[in-house]
Amino acid sequence: MAQAMEEDVPDQFFGTTFQIDEEDHTLANSLRFFLNKNPHVSFCGYSMPHPSEELVNLRVQTSGRISASKALRTACEDLKDASNHTLSTFQKAVKAKRERDQQQQQQQQQQQ
Amino acid sequence: MGGDKKRSKGLPEYLELQRTHVHCGPDVNKHTTTFTSANVFEPLCIDNSWNLEAFKSDLQIEVNHLDDEVMEFDLIGVDPAIANALRRILLAEVPTVAIEHVFMINNTSIMQDEVLSHRLGLVPLRVDPKLFDFKLAEEAPSEKNTVVFKLDVRCTRQGTRLINDKVTSNMLQWMPAGSQLPEETSCRFTQGQAHLVPSQQEQKGKKFMAPVHEDILLTKLRPGQCIQLEAHAVKGIGKTHAKWSPVATAWYKLLPEVVLLTDDVPESVAKTLLDAAPGLFVRKPDGKLAVTNARHHEKHLEKVRVLLDQEAIAQVVQYRKRKDHFIFTIESTGILPPDVLFEQALSILHDKAEQLANKL
Repeated sequence: MAQAMEEDVPDQFFGTTFQIDEEDHTLANSLRFFLNKNPHVSFCGYSMPHPSEELVNLRVQTSGRISASKALRTACEDLKDASNHTLSTFQKAVKAKRERDQQQQQQQQQQQ
Repeated sequence: MGGDKKRSKGLPEYLELQRTHVHCGPDVNKHTTTFTSANVFEPLCIDNSWNLEAFKSDLQIEVNHLDDEVMEFDLIGVDPAIANALRRILLAEVPTVAIEHVFMINNTSIMQDEVLSHRLGLVPLRVDPKLFDFKLAEEAPSEKNTVVFKLDVRCTRQGTRLINDKVTSNMLQWMPAGSQLPEETSCRFTQGQAHLVPSQQEQKGKKFMAPVHEDILLTKLRPGQCIQLEAHAVKGIGKTHAKWSPVATAWYKLLPEVVLLTDDVPESVAKTLLDAAPGLFVRKPDGKLAVTNARHHEKHLEKVRVLLDQEAIAQVVQYRKRKDHFIFTIESTGILPPDVLFEQALSILHDKAEQLANKL
């Protein structure tokens, strides 16, 4: 659903504002976190121009080693990796909890 | 916490504490932000950039409570940006199915059509959203995007008793064959939906394709009054309208910690603390003051915060919260179990990033 628009398309731009349609703080703030974690990004911030417009402006400026688009692509990859790993950890934790609950139930039944 | 040592970046102790903890004071909290910039510790030659391997070894999830409706778990080792994104997705972007169009045939109750329709919309329906497509505005309703319910009640008097004087959610009848008024509703099914009901085994005693709760009072009737209507439910998300939100609420709080800064607590201070927060503060066998796990004494924490106003107490006690330890609670409306909701939230976050990357 997201529609990204770069003001200037070429890959050699080091400062770019990305307009992401149909997204809000949920994605923009997560990306801002990962972009800030990138040592080649010198500035990153986002704004929502108006609450009734469904879009965010994400500003990315790099130190010149990589292009802004590359930085954003990396941030997307990092976010994907993080959510994938969180998902598998969560599933393991739920499974462990279910097993614990089952054991507890069995113990209670045995005691009765 | 077990991971404490591992996560430490080799910063001086006071900086490390500012990095990992919010320091709670009587009127203001200090060091509330997270240090996210990759270069923030560069003068100390410490790398703060994103490191997937470190994230993998730090992330811990521990489920404390899990049932069909409520779940509480500890999410340790993530930034508030991620935890908050997940919370926001749970509230506003995990899809469910709810009543969207109501076709009134007859309504002689005192409740206006639009008020009754609004109430119907808010009834949680146990319909698996995975089985349906989103219905676009220009799309005609069909078996792929619409679930049809019928409500047909008339209140009558039987001796001194009233029949059907309360209209409740269990009176909503599912119509697997589709609308009975295809001319008016333009809803035509080419095939029935009966196969969408899960097998007896999968149902686990729950009624599917029906309201989650049977006893939601929709309206009341007097003898002679009746309601006849057809309600069409479609798939949607909480961002469009809260009726599609799959959670009653979802929230997190940071793990609280109370620490004693010294072994020798003056007797007057010890007495004040023991009186204010018994259980949180205890006396060891040797008579010295000790503090137990703050998490289990949340009622006392605000009292401790107020006491920090006094200089003598602020010198021996610190009240702080871990910035990367979230106690996450999900209260489902009952449509989907809370663990499924969180899994879906994570995959929605993943898909958002993927879709954006594909557009770049």
